[in-house]
Amino acid sequence: MSTTEVPTRGPARPGPYIMAGVLLAVGIVAPLLVPMYARVDPRLFGIPFFYWYQILSVFPEAGLLWIVYTIVIREDDRRREVVRSLRAAQTGDTTAEAQK
Amino acid sequence: MSSEIFAASTATVASHPINGVALAVLIIIFVGVAVLGFLAARWRVKPAERGLKSLDEWGLGGRGFGNWITWFLLGGDLYTAYTFIAVPAAMWSTGALTGFFAVPYTIVLYPIVFLLMARLWSVSHRHGFVTPADFVGGRYGSKSLTTVIAVTGIVATMPYIALQLDGIKAVLSVLGLGSESNPIMADLPLIIAFVVLAAYTYTAGLRAPASIAIVKDLLIYVVVIVAIVWLPSHLGGWGTIFDSARTKFAATNPATGKPIGSIIPGAASFNAYWTLALGSAMALFMYPHAITGVLATKSRNTIRRNVVVLPLYSVMLGLLALLGYVAIKAGTIPIGVDGKINPQLVVPELFLNNFPGWFAGIALAAIGVGALVPAAIMSIAASNLFTRNIYRDLFKPKATPQQEAKVSKIASLFVKFGALMFVLSMDQSAAINLQLLGGIWILQTFPAIVTGLYTRWLHRRALLIGWAVGIGYGTIAAYNVVNPSTKAHFGGSIAPIPFTNIPIYIAITAFVINAVVSVILTAAFRAMKIKDGEDITTASDYGADEDDPKVVR
Repeated sequence: MSTTEVPTRGPARPGPYIMAGVLLAVGIVAPLLVPMYARVDPRLFGIPFFYWYQILSVFPEAGLLWIVYTIVIREDDRRREVVRSLRAAQTGDTTAEAQK
Repeated sequence: MSSEIFAASTATVASHPINGVALAVLIIIFVGVAVLGFLAARWRVKPAERGLKSLDEWGLGGRGFGNWITWFLLGGDLYTAYTFIAVPAAMWSTGALTGFFAVPYTIVLYPIVFLLMARLWSVSHRHGFVTPADFVGGRYGSKSLTTVIAVTGIVATMPYIALQLDGIKAVLSVLGLGSESNPIMADLPLIIAFVVLAAYTYTAGLRAPASIAIVKDLLIYVVVIVAIVWLPSHLGGWGTIFDSARTKFAATNPATGKPIGSIIPGAASFNAYWTLALGSAMALFMYPHAITGVLATKSRNTIRRNVVVLPLYSVMLGLLALLGYVAIKAGTIPIGVDGKINPQLVVPELFLNNFPGWFAGIALAAIGVGALVPAAIMSIAASNLFTRNIYRDLFKPKATPQQEAKVSKIASLFVKFGALMFVLSMDQSAAINLQLLGGIWILQTFPAIVTGLYTRWLHRRALLIGWAVGIGYGTIAAYNVVNPSTKAHFGGSIAPIPFTNIPIYIAITAFVINAVVSVILTAAFRAMKIKDGEDITTASDYGADEDDPKVVR
């Protein structure tokens, strides 16, 4: 068990996480809005809308997840960099763990 | 392989004629896959780790799978043979509501995975957690809660493994192997396939399904693309395929007086459709085999990168689902070895009747191999749960990594043997009922696992009681669903919300009850100052990546 909390990342900025959260919420709710797509027309190659819409909605969903990924990773890298530069600056300094 | 000799000897007792070419192709692919499984014991293994003497090596493949392997492994893990067989079977039987929800289900799944699994990876990396119950134990410091999570995971996984076996059985029976007249001989091919599977899983651990998953995926993609392009063009196009499905479903079901099904869900079943999708998505990554796939990855962000590309499998699943309608148009009649209609045989039968023998062999092998991969991962995950959270936590707290690996390897044999007995001795509907219940049960571990990733507010006793209430309600509600034509209990997974007439997925109702009970009791227990367990994790653990040091206990 660790006795002192050694931070792995610097403090978070809320902006990127709020943006990512909203996009993820859209990604969860949009495919569940059944009345939006429970219909036959327009057909595609004879396939009713209900079917082709749901199958093809995989692609916008993947695009949305890619955007969320880049937002979150950029912020994650920034937070990690904060801790690493701090650690480098304070090598040998006993007050290192006071930083939260 | 002895199965070839055997195949010749059963030719006389089988009710289906044996398709020699298809069977030969199937056997060649199965043998190739078995060789690959054994070779995997040395795949990406450092010389010092030979023999896979720890759970990290045997049960998690060395915790080093990168983007590509993870994509194949999770693809093989989540999109199982049972899915390939059951989803089109449901489409063939009653249409969109019970079958096609699998598509939104596996789309909604990925934002949820993105949100949760990186944090679970980080805390598990820091503390060496191998199972979801390990995490719950570390977070809540409660033996009873850990045990309950582990037992739920094992119990929910067992029927899932059994259904993979049923998938292999379906493939073998349309090929003409299997007959009611001689049960032991009929089941011998299945037993051989399973003994081989057990042997290479024992030897190579998670590396075996990881390597086989690559072959399986290539096969499945080729088969689905060919089937979806070639079959409709020979059957008069998609328009007529959907027309024949509509005609079939418009007929009246004598037991209910309502139409058999529909190709577009009506307004009355919208809530059932979306709750089935959401509930299944929330449940999937509570299953131990899904978490095993996540914890086997190399870094915190491997799973997040994968989430962006994993939805591609859902396109394939959606196209596969449509094969249920293709089979209606093609006039496929899935008759089992007992002479009764068995919808599970619809896709294997469709392939066999409409493809040349060699390609039918490839297609059926794809389904069969698609069953071997998840069966291996599921048995490894269940064994890890047994080893870490029952053997170690309850009986042998000082177990060494070598002992853990040994126990887990042996447990994997028992798990597979149990699933095999299940399939051989019980009716297929028993496995389907238990799988249905398993989905409801596993979702009841969601509050403990998921809220634990973000907050420690919930009290361990409240979570335990919430779990019990959720399981109790879910089981009773599922029992009370009566199949209108057979009058059997466990007739489905949809029931009205209590005190209303809005039918939704039972697992969601049970989960909401569970969560509400957990929250109210936590508030009460905190007010009464009832002692809570010790939390060995810290806030920084949840953001750790592969370069951060592990916590030494």
